[in-house]
Amino acid sequence: MIQLIREPIDFQAMTEQVRRSDCGAVVLFLGTVRDLTGDKVTVALDYEAYPAMAEKKMAEIEADTRKRWPLGEIALVHRLGHLEIGDVSVAVAVSCPHRAQAFEACRYAIDRLKELVPIWKKENWADGATEWVHPGA
Amino acid sequence: MKIKVHLFARAKDLAGQPEVEIDVPVGARVVDLKKALGSRIPALSSLLERCAVAVNNEFAGEDASLSPSAEVALLPPVSGG
Repeated sequence: MIQLIREPIDFQAMTEQVRRSDCGAVVLFLGTVRDLTGDKVTVALDYEAYPAMAEKKMAEIEADTRKRWPLGEIALVHRLGHLEIGDVSVAVAVSCPHRAQAFEACRYAIDRLKELVPIWKKENWADGATEWVHPGA
Repeated sequence: MKIKVHLFARAKDLAGQPEVEIDVPVGARVVDLKKALGSRIPALSSLLERCAVAVNNEFAGEDASLSPSAEVALLPPVSGG
């Protein structure tokens, strides 16, 4: 299951959704809005996506992760819009028969999401300035 | 041929608009489109080198060909998560 949403992510429902009787391991990853980057203070983040491509890439990551590990279920949800400190921006929930597979699959899915999915965040710094985050400058 | 290019994040801010129509010769490739974008909107030049281009919702290499009906987007380095 993949989703882009503007409302808060219900990660408890997502976690329940991936639970299965044939899976003894469930791993949930949450990305949350952090208040410090180095010595700079963030007050909020704004997330923007290229929605059609983002959903396509997330679906490909789901399919790719299913090929590599014996997943029961996987749920990938990214939130868009204005998020404040502590808000959940992204959640990945996976279930597998065993824990090593579940940890690895979850790690793989979030790493690929951060690398491939066309979503961008804009920092709102405490001094009032804003700055799009484009890694690799 | 005219190619409509969707812009995102800092590219959209630098251009001051969410999309731009660029005129390129028939048979133009992604690399030609990026050059034309830089000429049309000089403010984009430094970011352009670091941007990917998507054609029909898929990452396209510099040599990929373009057509007027394709959906084209300029993607600055992503920072989701």
